[in-house]
Amino acid sequence: MSQQATGQDLDALYQEIILDHYKNPLHAGLREPFEAEVHHVNPTCGDEVTLRVHLGGPEGRTVEDVSYDALGCSISQASTSVMADLLIGKTVDDALAIHTEFLTLMQGKGTVVPDEEVLEDGIAFAGVAKFPARVKCALLSWMAWKDATARTLEGQAS
Amino acid sequence: MVELPGLLPELEVVRKDFPILERSLAGGLPLVYLDSANTSQKPQIVIDTMVDHLERHNANVARAMHQLGAEASAAFEEARDTVAAFLGAPSRDEVIFTKNASEALNLVANTLAWAKGDRKIGEGDVVVTTEMEHHSNIVPWQLLTERTGATLRWFGLTDDGLLDLSNIDELITERTKVVTFTWVSNMLGTINPVAEITRRAHEVGALVVVDASQAAPQLPIDLAGMPETDRPDLLVFTGHKTVGPTGIGVLWGRREVLEALPPFLGGGEMIETVRMEGSTYAGIPHKFEAGTPPIVEAVGLGAALTYLGHVGMEHIHAHERAITGYAFEGLATVPGLTVLGPGDPAVRGGAISFELEGVHPHDVAQVLDVRGVAVRAGHHCARPAHARFGVQSSTRMSSYLYTTPAEIDALIEALHYTRSYFKVG
Repeated sequence: MSQQATGQDLDALYQEIILDHYKNPLHAGLREPFEAEVHHVNPTCGDEVTLRVHLGGPEGRTVEDVSYDALGCSISQASTSVMADLLIGKTVDDALAIHTEFLTLMQGKGTVVPDEEVLEDGIAFAGVAKFPARVKCALLSWMAWKDATARTLEGQAS
Repeated sequence: MVELPGLLPELEVVRKDFPILERSLAGGLPLVYLDSANTSQKPQIVIDTMVDHLERHNANVARAMHQLGAEASAAFEEARDTVAAFLGAPSRDEVIFTKNASEALNLVANTLAWAKGDRKIGEGDVVVTTEMEHHSNIVPWQLLTERTGATLRWFGLTDDGLLDLSNIDELITERTKVVTFTWVSNMLGTINPVAEITRRAHEVGALVVVDASQAAPQLPIDLAGMPETDRPDLLVFTGHKTVGPTGIGVLWGRREVLEALPPFLGGGEMIETVRMEGSTYAGIPHKFEAGTPPIVEAVGLGAALTYLGHVGMEHIHAHERAITGYAFEGLATVPGLTVLGPGDPAVRGGAISFELEGVHPHDVAQVLDVRGVAVRAGHHCARPAHARFGVQSSTRMSSYLYTTPAEIDALIEALHYTRSYFKVG
């Protein structure tokens, strides 16, 4: 009985989608060209990601590529894979909106109902929001992407 | 229950002293607490002593001219006596209360920069630490050497997780002013040869600073019993790992050294006379205890060390060795599991860090947690030691005087479950 209850919690955290992305991450590896490269770490556990952003298209407002080299747990690895797959090909504005949506989901302590239209595989992380210690794992690469994108946009402006 | 030589004979009685061990976790699972190197649990006597102090004796210390003030001061100073006895300190005045071990180490590192005369660290001087230190025994020395122009060097590690002393004569030279190292590694479990390194450092006149944060909970310490050549000059530990409360740590230092060092923080209690033109300072230990100290925390620490004394540090050490040996046997049955650090459980402390092939330590700890098994995952504030072994992080189980063989069984069973959950092997 009790085993079942905790097993359910665990399955809510480790959705099949997450484990799939962990075992077979999409868009992994560092690629050229890129305008900005950032390195983010989670100081509490040592997880780290090196992430590159390449913006192109009309006025450089399309996310042409997100490439990365990440070391970390299943949650952080899967989150990086899902993010890259979601954001590549989107306009910067759409990507930033998705970023905000994902951030809201992760900071919602499990009360936010995710929009599958927007987040696609990202909805699998709804269960992570109930584990405060793991929220930072899920957000590591998203924060790195935002940082790299901001730097790229700054570079365009100057 | 499994019969193991060395196990505390009254383990069930000891466990009853720790009320938290009775609680259950989500899903009604019993708590299997294997994170004592992170912080230990507290016996009822510590909780009760602190509550009693707050309910009946609370007042500021050393400045209140009333009965409660006298009681609070007596309780605080009795705690100092208890710490001195616990360490076998040559003198009670050599025991200084700090906030934690980190503050104690920062006190030493900072006052060495500010010292005058021989002790002062400056350009051309060398401070030696080791690659297996907790960050709290690396960063203060980095700050010290960066600020003073001194050089920081360190002992590397052997593949077995021991200090590599092969280049000790290159590291410890006439230029070496401080040699600092942990007695017991919080990550690798290694017990370091305190006497041997101290003796060599003393030959060149270097100060020896020992981090006993992991040693104090589990090894008998008798400073006065050590030959002077082998005795460290300064030693620190923290209260919360020795079944005491958080917010209280200890710096023990040889009288001559403490007297030669300038004050750390300025404020009340640490002075003799204050004039606007300048002040003179109290003698040790108060010289290093500016401001209202953590009074009830010190009283709680006194109760904690008295409790450990009643159980007996020799017995606690034997218990830790028995549990560590039993855990080694169990961990060996888990396919793909590699223990970091010395392979002989007899020469280790009660912390075992390991890797499980195919599963990240965070995920290991998460699955263990839903089975009620509390361990630590990450770099355990020892990132350089992890880097030395080419790993980013690890999972660590750490036992204490209340750990049972059945809890180790629960860990091992949960590790097998973790492998099946992540479908590895």
